[in-house]
Amino acid sequence: MLDFNILFPSVLNGITTGAVYALIALGLTLIYGVLHIINFAHGASLMVALYGVYMLKQHFGVDPYMALPIMVPAMFVLGYALQRGVINRASHGKDENILLVTLGLSIVLENLALLFFKSDTRTIETAYTLTTVQIGPAFIALPKLVSFAGALVVSAVLLLIVQKTDLGRAIRAVSKEKQGARLMGIDVDHVYAMCFGLGLASLGAAACFLMPAYYVNPQVGNGFVLVAFTIVVLGGMGSFAGALLGGLLIGVVESLGGLLLGESLGQVGIFVIFIAVLLLRPQGFFGAKA
Amino acid sequence: MKDFRNIALFVVLVGAVPLFTDSGVMLNFVMTSLYACLLSQAWNVLGGFGGQFSFGHALFFGTGAYVQAIAQMQWGLSPWVALPLAMVFAAGVGAFVGAASFRYGLKGSYFALVTLAFAEVFRILATSVPFTGAGVGLMLPLKESAANMQFGSRAGFIWLMLGLVTLALCITAWLRHSRFGAYLQAVRDNEDAARAIGVNPFSVKLIATILSGGLMGAAGAFYVQVFQYIDPGIAFGAHTSVEALVGAIVGGMGTLWGPLLGAVSLHILADLTRNLFGQLPGINMVIYGVVLIVIVMFLPRGIAGLGTTRPLQWLRGSKSDGDKS
Repeated sequence: MLDFNILFPSVLNGITTGAVYALIALGLTLIYGVLHIINFAHGASLMVALYGVYMLKQHFGVDPYMALPIMVPAMFVLGYALQRGVINRASHGKDENILLVTLGLSIVLENLALLFFKSDTRTIETAYTLTTVQIGPAFIALPKLVSFAGALVVSAVLLLIVQKTDLGRAIRAVSKEKQGARLMGIDVDHVYAMCFGLGLASLGAAACFLMPAYYVNPQVGNGFVLVAFTIVVLGGMGSFAGALLGGLLIGVVESLGGLLLGESLGQVGIFVIFIAVLLLRPQGFFGAKA
Repeated sequence: MKDFRNIALFVVLVGAVPLFTDSGVMLNFVMTSLYACLLSQAWNVLGGFGGQFSFGHALFFGTGAYVQAIAQMQWGLSPWVALPLAMVFAAGVGAFVGAASFRYGLKGSYFALVTLAFAEVFRILATSVPFTGAGVGLMLPLKESAANMQFGSRAGFIWLMLGLVTLALCITAWLRHSRFGAYLQAVRDNEDAARAIGVNPFSVKLIATILSGGLMGAAGAFYVQVFQYIDPGIAFGAHTSVEALVGAIVGGMGTLWGPLLGAVSLHILADLTRNLFGQLPGINMVIYGVVLIVIVMFLPRGIAGLGTTRPLQWLRGSKSDGDKS
């Protein structure tokens, strides 16, 4: 019924879409997986980064990939400032308040975008937007292949930071034992803010990889929030390799679901997987047993 | 009891409003405020008293709404029969989700996420199956009469809504004073300690989810009767879940009047900003979001906590809460 020539492109397409999901989930696995902050502003932050890339291209002619050295530090600074200046200050460190504050933040960001850019959907044109590469019987858009490579690089960089640097050691210490880390002289607020900064910085990178083949409007982040949480839980909280594999898996599930069940019902697969994982294995498929 | 006396006073005061005014703006305000109160109070039963933060209460809302519409349009039932049926179905969905989640010990952010995911599954299913009208939605035929629960004036809807809010308030008052309510709050505050003194956390949380789901289903049914239309986005979209939990948290969780205060204040705020800045798309919601953050910042116990918090403390932002997470 389903021959290789239909299945293979679908799987490949799922993998490249999944790479984009993984890119978005990588930042979240740091914020949610390590700090246990449910950041409902994650989608809105991605939207901000996408508009950033869009503006750089439209007003200064900066190629989206060339925008990486601008967007990554800019989003880092934004993340650091938001966590230190708003989220931490407003939430008093209580979980339910963090939920509310990040929710409020996403409402503010989304509607500021609506105010400045209206609700139009915007895209950018680059020389390579429509370039495709043939792999076996499949044609894959070049920007999607680049974002696949980007996801690999970003997860490697985050892994290196968390495993090899002093900051990484501090992050791991704070995630395991906040009070203990504080007693050891670690500035917990600073570590939280750095983590948030890194999370948003990887969104900045994600936006640069996404924009050539994607679009932006004020609501664009919404569709990604639950998918990103799914991937983080699926991959195991705080595991970058897990987020990468989880992202790819979700991409394939969505693609095959769409092929077998039709466009609208196909997405159900993602959430059914999510619920099953939450109920049966909340530490994630790739996560260590808690 | 004092709580029930206050509830009776509230019913008399609000119930009399339609007798003294026929201003459409005023009546509409009372009706939509009561509706927002029901959402928040429904969430409060599980979130405030039970400490289980649902992020997908739209799940129960949408179930109630669809049952209300389908019972009338496809089963030919009277809306007065459909309403309790909608509550039962929503409570049933609550039982299912609660049993699944609590059986596997989900709590905190995991519970928030699983409810959100369930709502999303229902939204996608409602978009895909034929008996919900798929993406097009269901439109109730217009047959204005009290027997059809389609009132000519807002007064009928207000009294109906007031009845449902009163039910929610009575359940909340019962939670404050009953043995079951004490069990529920004990489980919220320390599940292990509650278990140690013989409370069964699973069944206590399950019952709270059923009650909460049923009340939310009533809100969904009411929505259908007023707007005579429902589609998957309205029914299961995140907006209703957010409205329910924000009202309860901003007003004061685990209190009798907090969710009501929260829902009404946020409602007034939304109306006010829409009227002031309606010509600029988005700016009203920006202000709403900022106020939400500011409220969380300065009123950690919600509006109902105002009386118990000394002014200096909330200017400093009560440092003692800082390390609880």
